[in-house]
Amino acid sequence: ALASVAGAEGHGAAPLVINGDIEIVTNTAAPAHMENISTIQSGWEFRTPDTQDLQRDDFDNPGMLGVDDARETWATVEGSEGKSCASCHGEPETLAGVKAVYPKWNEDAGEVRTIEMQINACRTENMGAEAYGYSDGAMTDMSALISSVSRGLPVNVAIDGPAQATWEQGKELYYTRTGQLELSCANCHEDNYDNLIRADHLSQGQINGFPVYRLNNAKLNSVHDRFKGCVRDTRAETYKPGSPEFVALELYVASRGNGLSVEGPSVRN
Amino acid sequence: GIAAAEPVAPAEVQYDEYGAVAQSLTGVAGDPANGKVIMGTKSKGNCVSCHAAAGLAEFPFHGEVGPVLDGVGDRWNEAEMRGIVANAKMTYEGTIMPAFYKTEGYIRPGDAYTGKAPTEPLGPLLSAQDIEDVVAFLLTLKE
Ligand code: HEC
Ligand code: HEC
Ligand code: HEC
Repeated sequence: ALASVAGAEGHGAAPLVINGDIEIVTNTAAPAHMENISTIQSGWEFRTPDTQDLQRDDFDNPGMLGVDDARETWATVEGSEGKSCASCHGEPETLAGVKAVYPKWNEDAGEVRTIEMQINACRTENMGAEAYGYSDGAMTDMSALISSVSRGLPVNVAIDGPAQATWEQGKELYYTRTGQLELSCANCHEDNYDNLIRADHLSQGQINGFPVYRLNNAKLNSVHDRFKGCVRDTRAETYKPGSPEFVALELYVASRGNGLSVEGPSVRN
Repeated sequence: GIAAAEPVAPAEVQYDEYGAVAQSLTGVAGDPANGKVIMGTKSKGNCVSCHAAAGLAEFPFHGEVGPVLDGVGDRWNEAEMRGIVANAKMTYEGTIMPAFYKTEGYIRPGDAYTGKAPTEPLGPLLSAQDIEDVVAFLLTLKE
């Protein structure tokens, strides 16, 4: 594992500190449940120094534009109840710590919820507003805002108790070799991280940096959109963003990053 | 004549216990020049996404997921090479390398890279003659 840390492009670069203030843990000991990896690394470590630097200051991070838009939405009244997010939650900063523990079991709903599911639950049940599409721009912006106020806190999703069955399902999906190329997430992100696949430097496929602003498509990308792209690239029929399969996979992949800092919105290529 | 014969269908390919395939899939000698193009072309074999080889230098960005293929023509004979390209899983159990001449046994196969379910039966990733061409090229990669 040490060798792989040294091989990543982040080696030698200054550690990630955002705005000279928020220290980000981009590699650390793997959580106990991980069987085949001893050091977990944020995708940030695998990017070029130029891309890495875009995350050191919010003025350089294009993902923060989505966060700014979401701050406006946060305070905008919508729906039949005459409420905004701010009516109940005050400043977005009151949700600091929330992103670090999501996806999370919701006792009342009897399901594991992603941040996106919770945003829609608040919109439909608490505001009488329409649900966002799961990967809509406004949804991903709001998810980026909620992540941004948790930056620097350690990812710490629960995998036991009522969430365990969902976590097991996600783990199963992670190791299933799909599509005509018969590749699993693990084939690329566990067996081959730090290797090049064509021109791409493979990371561990961590999601602590989501939503991710990708220079390639010049927008914020949701976790499920990234999963969809990776499954499609195995020449498989993908699951849909927001599907129970991707929710389970998200819980499992998030748990592989327990101990890394919440980093979203991050910048990748 | 042999040249006019039907190619061996993916399900009919005979692998020996080590994964080698003695019989040509088409009976037509492979064209190494075309094999090289197939290996470097994204929409065809795209072998360079995982393998580097000096002989494929004209196609930029070689991957590191599989072994470097320089000298591979000294390591394997024609039958073994055909087996590896047609279905490497018969030579290397559980390998990451995709099976290029196979059409069934997949989990959630899609319609190429669309992410959608296929509407027609799947074809193999490479045709029988593509496989023969690639094998012919690989056999030229000698130290
Ligand atoms: C009418 C009140 C109300 C409104 C309006 C509202 N929420 Fe909520 N929200 C709640 C309640 C109540 C909870 C559950 C609190 C708890 O038990 O943790 C909650 C929980 C959440 C959580 C999860 C917190 C956690 O600790 O798990 C998030 C994230 C959230 N809301 C975001 C939003 C956003 C974004 C909006 C606007 C689009 C919004 N909420 C609008 C009442 C509201
Ligand atoms: C054929 C190889 C391949 C497979 C299989 C694959 N991925 Fe990826 N994935 C990539 C590449 C290439 C990238 C972009 C470079 C990187 O960050 O690794 C990527 C990026 C990601 C990222 C973004 C990481 C970041 O920091 O921005 C996540 C998350 C991810 N993959 C998750 C998955 C999951 C979950 C699966 C299985 C459902 C999967 N991948 C399957 C190749 C693959
Ligand atoms: C997704 C990755 C991947 C792709 C794509 C791929 N391979 Fe491989 N290949 C491998 C791996 C990994 C091995 C090593 C076998 C093992 O140990 O699993 C291998 C082994 C080989 C070998 C034997 C190498 C030796 O040194 O003895 C040959 C020959 C080969 N591949 C040819 C090809 C050809 C031709 C293509 C395209 C038509 C191709 N490969 C596509 C991953 C890949």
